[in-house]
Parts: sequence; C-alpha cells; structure tokens
Amino acid sequence: MELDSKTPSGPIETRWDRHKFNLKLVNPANKRKYTIIVVGTGLAGGSAAATLGELGYNVLNFCYQDSPRRAHSIAAQGGINAAKNYRNDGDSVYRLFYDTVKGGDFRARESNVYRLAQLSVNIIDQCVAQGVPFAREYSGYLDNRSFGGAQVSRTFYARGQTGQQLLLGAYQALERQIGAGTVRMFPRHEMLELVVVDGKARGIVTRDMVTGKFESWVADAVVLATGGYGNAYYLSTNAKGCNATAIWRAYKRGALFANPCFTQIHPTCIPVTGEYQSKLTLMSESLRNDGRIWVPLKAGDKRSPNSIPEAERDYFLERKYPSFGNLVPRDVASRNAKAVCDEGRGVGESGLGVYLDFREAIERLGKHVIRERYGNLFDMYERITGEDPYNVPMRIYPAIHYTMGGLWVDYNLMSTIPGMYVLGEANFSDHGANRLGASALMQGLADGYFVLPYTIGDYLAGTKLPKVDASHAAFRDAENQVTCQVKRLLETGGARSVDSFHRDLGKLLWEYCGMSRTAEGLKHALGEIPGLRERYWREVRVPGTNEDFNQSLEKAGRVADFFELAELICLDALDRSESCGGHFREEYQTPEGEALRNDEQYSYTAAWEFKGVGQPPALHKEPLVFEYVHPSQRSYK
Amino acid sequence: MRIILHVWRQRNATEKGRMVRYEVAEANQEMSFLEMLDVLNEDLIAKGEEPVAFDHDCREGICGMCGFMISGVAHGPLKGTTVCQLHMRHFKDGDELYLEPWRAKAFPVIRDLAVDRGAFDRIIAAGGFISASTGSAPEANSIPVPKDDAELAMDAAACIGCGACVAMCPNASAALFTGAKIAHLGRLPQGQPERERRAIAMVAQANAEGFGSCTNIGECEAVCPKEIKLEAIARMNHDFLRAAWVGRESYREDSEETVEEPKAGGRR
Repeated sequence: MELDSKTPSGPIETRWDRHKFNLKLVNPANKRKYTIIVVGTGLAGGSAAATLGELGYNVLNFCYQDSPRRAHSIAAQGGINAAKNYRNDGDSVYRLFYDTVKGGDFRARESNVYRLAQLSVNIIDQCVAQGVPFAREYSGYLDNRSFGGAQVSRTFYARGQTGQQLLLGAYQALERQIGAGTVRMFPRHEMLELVVVDGKARGIVTRDMVTGKFESWVADAVVLATGGYGNAYYLSTNAKGCNATAIWRAYKRGALFANPCFTQIHPTCIPVTGEYQSKLTLMSESLRNDGRIWVPLKAGDKRSPNSIPEAERDYFLERKYPSFGNLVPRDVASRNAKAVCDEGRGVGESGLGVYLDFREAIERLGKHVIRERYGNLFDMYERITGEDPYNVPMRIYPAIHYTMGGLWVDYNLMSTIPGMYVLGEANFSDHGANRLGASALMQGLADGYFVLPYTIGDYLAGTKLPKVDASHAAFRDAENQVTCQVKRLLETGGARSVDSFHRDLGKLLWEYCGMSRTAEGLKHALGEIPGLRERYWREVRVPGTNEDFNQSLEKAGRVADFFELAELICLDALDRSESCGGHFREEYQTPEGEALRNDEQYSYTAAWEFKGVGQPPALHKEPLVFEYVHPSQRSYK
Repeated sequence: MRIILHVWRQRNATEKGRMVRYEVAEANQEMSFLEMLDVLNEDLIAKGEEPVAFDHDCREGICGMCGFMISGVAHGPLKGTTVCQLHMRHFKDGDELYLEPWRAKAFPVIRDLAVDRGAFDRIIAAGGFISASTGSAPEANSIPVPKDDAELAMDAAACIGCGACVAMCPNASAALFTGAKIAHLGRLPQGQPERERRAIAMVAQANAEGFGSCTNIGECEAVCPKEIKLEAIARMNHDFLRAAWVGRESYREDSEETVEEPKAGGRR
C-alpha cells in the first residue's frame, strides 16, 4: 500500500491556502443531500458536527455519553495555545509551528503542524464570539500565560476549566444546529462497526445503550472523532468510558493505525492509593509554573515534607535542566520523576510520588495570587487526598494522559479508507512523538472547525457515491458480526469481571510499555497478552442481557478491543528501536540519560495494517521530510 | 470500614423499582464514593447478581454525568462536590446510606441510579447559545470585555449540567440550570443581540419539558457542585421580564404554552 499524504509542496506559509483553493466545493443547494456521520462530540467531533450543520449538510452525530456536553475534552484544565502574540513577546505562527515540531521530537508532518499553528488564531476568535469566558485583564483584553515549557505566553485560558468552556462553546453551537434540524443527535449510542461498501466508508452500526437495539446508519462519509486509547492502560487520566472501539473496528476494516506506541505520560497526576483505584486525576501542568518539584536528597527519608530542610531537598529538574527547570516537556519531567522514585527517593505511602511545592510561590506572590491562579485545582487536590496544598506540598506522579498515535490520516484528515475521516486525538497527525501542553484543544478545534469542513466537501464533490441502504449485504454483515460478538460475551459464563481483566492488562502495559521500555520487556508483554486475551474470552463474566441498560456489557466489548490494541502498541514500541518523545527505549539514550533519536532509520510514521487477530500486522512507512525545522537533539538544559 | 447501603433498583423506565440493602465490608477512607460502588459491583458480579447501574464518566467532577441522592441530598453531604469527588473519609464505619436516582418528571429513570437528562440538552438547543457560525468571528480582542463581567460570566458558565439543582428542588425546577446559561451569555457583549430571545426560548422549553417553577427556596444553590449562585435565577427572571417589555418577540408566539403561575408540580 502506498501512503499518499497529499501534502502540498512549495512555501510552507501558503500551503494550506493553495490547497484550500484547489479543493472542490459542494453547491450550497446540494449540501443537504449529503449525509455525514460524526462519531464523538468532543472538541473535534462537536465542532465538526456543528460546522457541517451550519454549512447545510445533513449530519448524524453519535456519542456514548448521555449528552454531547460530557465528552472528555471537558476535563482539559490548562489552556489552548494560539499564536496571537498579544504579549509582544516574540511569538508568531512560525514559532508555534517550530515549537510544536521540535516538541514532537521530529516525528510529525511539517505541513500539518504549520496549518495547525495558522488556524490557532482563528480558533480564539471563534471561541470568543461564541461567548467562551476566557480570562481577561483589567483592560478587557484577553489574558495569556506561559504553559508547558513554552518560552512565550501564548496560552489562553478560562480558570482551570478551559476544556470545559471550549467544549461548551462547541456544544452550544452543536445544540443550535440540533434545534435547527441540520444535526440529529444520538446520545447513549455506541459505534460498534464501520461499514465499507465498494471500498468506501458508507456507514456505521451502533448499539443503543438503553434498549440494546443494533442499528445501521447509512451516509456519504463517516467522521470519527472518538478520542484516544489511553484507557488501554486501565489507569489513566481519561474518563472511564473513553475507549478505542470505534477506531479499532475501523482499523480492522482497513484503516491504518499510526504510531500506536506514542503515548503521553503526564507528570502531574495524583498518585495511586490502592487496588480499587478507578482512574487517575490530572493536576494541570500550569501548576509547574509556580510549583517546584523535589524529593528528599536521601533515599528512604520518611520525614514530613515541611520538616525536611532546604539543604536536604533535591529540586531535581531545576538541578538537571537549569534553563527550563520545572517547565521541561512532559516526557522529560515524567522520566525524571520515575528515576528518582526508582532510586528509592519517592514520597508518600507507596513511594511512587514526588513533591510539587508552592511554599516559595506563596511567600513571593501571596496566597491570594496562588488561589486566583489555581484555586480550583487546589480544592480538587484537597478533596481527593484530604491534604491542604497551601500548607503541605502536593504529591504527584506520572500517569497515562494522551495518545499521540491514532488512525493514519492524510493532509485532508482522511484515513486509508476513502470517505472516512479521523479528527482530534483519534488521529495521529500533529503532535509527533510528544504533544506540548495546551495543544490538544487547539488540534481538536482546528480539525473540527476549520479543516474538515473544507476537505470533506472535496471528497463529496469529487466522488461518485451510488445509493445504498441498510439492506445492503455489507450492513447486514456488519450487524451480524456485532450481534455475534455481544452474544458471545454474554454467553461466556466465566467467573471474572471485565474490570479485573482490564486491570491486569493495564498493569502489564504500564510495566512494560509505559514510561520507559526495553526490547526484553516488550517481548515479555507480547508473550503475555495473547494468553490473557484468550483467558478473557473464556473466563469473563458479563451479567445481564443485551436488551437492558448494561454497563458491564458496554465495558466488555471495549476491553476486548483493548486486548488487541495492546498488542499493537507493544509491537510498534518494539519495532521502533530508538527513543523519541513519549517513546523512551532504555537501550537508546545519551550518556546523560536523554532520549536518543535515530533519524537515519526511524524518521518515518509507522502505519500498521490489520491482517487478522493474532496475525502480525503489516508495517507501512510514511517518510518524514523536514524542510524547515531541522532535526536536532532536543535540549532543555 | 463497613458501609450499609440501601440502593434504588429499577430495571428500566417502565418496571417498578424498590430499595435493596447491601453491605460493603471493605470500604476505605481513600476511596471515592463511586470506587466504593465499584467494589460493591465487583462483589455483586462475583455472586452472579447484576451490578448497580449509575452514570459516571470523567470522575473528576467536571463532566456532570454522575449524580444521585445520598440519604436525601443530591451528590451527598459535602458542599460543592460531585459524587465522584466525594471520598469515603467523610463517612464513618457503620454508616447507613440511602441511594436514589434524581427524581423529577422531566428526568425519567433509565435504570437504578441512572436517569435521562435529555431535557437539559433541549433547553440549550432552544436558545442557550450565541449564533456565531464558524468563520464569522471578528478578531478576538476587537471587543474588550470588562474583567469583572468575564469573571461573573465564568462563575455561571461553570455549570456542569448534572441535574442536582432539579433533583433537590421541591418543585423540580430547572431554574438554576437555565438561569446559569442565561447569566453566562447575558453578561458578555457577544451575548447581547440574542438576550431577550434566549431568555424567552429557554424558559419556554424548560416549562415544556415538565420542570416546575422557581419559588425561591434555594435548595438548588445549596447542592450545586459548582456553587452557582441564585443570582443566576434573578438574571433569568430579569431577562425574561425585560423581554416581555422590550423584546420583539412575545413568549406566547414563541411557544405553545402560555405563561403560568408558579407551579409546584414536576415532582414524580
């Protein structure tokens, strides 16, 4: 299979404009004759569905939650980047582009990243017009902060709830279209199959999660905006319902899966307390602007943090990276936290934690300033841990947070299945091997508001789409497959719950394919997963019936997919014999312990093609070309 | 610690429900309330019974999907907290708790503790937005917004749409939810052109959904996990009345229902 990224050539500054001009248009009067399915209602899916509705397309929008407003974009705290240069501090579209390519450790497509940086400014305009209550200065103009290692202040925010406010903006735009009748919304509907007719995506099969009814939906194009797959690790900062089923089943229908091993570990999460732990809570990275990270100098120091004198503390990030200090990128901060814990210097009951200390910032700025900046985060921390971070340093530890990998898409955001588009975290496109803070919101909204609405028209206008309906054999076949799988899960009759299997899988992935990886560990995991998967299908117990609201059954299907996906994540991690961004292979590091890329052999996107469960997938490579930002060793010293 | 639970079990919207007693023998202080229910459910599955259904997703207190009554209080005893962020350290060994779904005519039960809150989405669809189609926006800093207005808009915009306000209100009124959106958008210059239309359409939709009227009791504010203030309801009433005086569209034309006296109905 030839991977054609359809990336325009020529000067990077005008690539998107020229490309847009060359895209075919759908006559306004004809738009309502096209049906587009959008799966997911987060920043990418919600903004896409709303915008397509505004354009006049007939949109069917699905989500598994009870309302489109629940999508997990809502939990993003810190902010959204945009190259507005309102601070006059030297920011520009080019700088945001440069930072993103470099931050992604040179594993992203330059053209896509440039477009993202360009569109970032339109996103802020759009969101303000929708009534997103961004933070303001006394002048009434928008406030910005520096975030996640950026040396310019380009992050727009709405307290610690930026994701919520952006999502509600998109949700309100979506509800407006629902009210207008251009979008039909199907909450509590889970996509279980993609339907491909004559090589083109023509619909999906869903399960109504309240009644258990399986339904086929026919369309002219299908858009997946179903988020990332971090929940394969069981414990992550994702919502409990986040899953990979939509993209995984599309993968099994022929869409290539790119860079699955590029997973992001977030350094500032609340540590695990016990086996019953159901998820991990992120503390916004913005906390690192004012908090200082440290552990005791001596291993096994069990004194309370406030009684450890300054001289016996190791501010390890400030020590190792004097110029970036506590603001080093996420992967660097996470690995260093793990390293000090591995040395026995971790804090808290489990020893898996480091301190994030605000004492100095409170002394310097006053408690009221810290409260204004982070009040809701401090409250959340106290609710969860029972400790007051104004007086006692927070304890944090890394956790799986985001997945840069996802379905492969071209410059138009179309997957290898014609007519199927993938947006937001579900695709692989813009963040390379590591995503910078406040860039996920930017990508989701860029894809949904400003990229897909143009590119999908080009496909619709230029493609002959014969009429099909749900009685077509491809739909019957897909529905049949889904029904059989559900039946099989309900009839397994084992003794173990879905969650107990999921937890085992998560531990295996976290241990061998988490913050740092080795060939040996990955081979071990690859040896274990198939056996665990087989046991799952033999020993799982899914109570209840299909015809009821059955949360165990919902989980069971998702976990079945995680088992298959886990294997691909490990396989990709094993295949990529280099360290880059979030993918750290212990065998490949500099003498100082930094990630050591191998540009000669691995400067490509690894796109995997499904060849059957238990069969090795086929690897296709999309070479990465860097014409503007020349690959260099990332250095944050 | 040992917790005794009486949980509302109801198979679906049409079947009758009942309270069932369970015991969670191994709860601990660090667990969230939902993790304690996870432990109960694992136990039920092991025994071959069906687990308790409850809605939840982010478990960070922001998505608004979780929520049920704990001994008569929406989201339980801790102020400003969703049930997913409520931890067991606020309970003690041997506590006996009664878990029930939100009870309101406009929120039919789906199963056990899960209800259908689609009515909230329809209230937003009626007018809870600014009609700024993608692409039409002016430069973001072209309209300054006074910091205080932005902050007050944000206070109201923090609503997570969980439904606790309705569940706690003796009238099952959605006034705090509806008012929060009206207060959020009405505070901003961008929200002015549609201000009257919005108030009328949203209030009319809330009535049509079967929510009761507000009689200024204030239970909603007391249980709101985001601590939205009653002031939001005052702003809703203000905008609604103002629309009646100065608005170009009348409430009667816009909806099938007519203005009613405050009603105490809505509770099922």
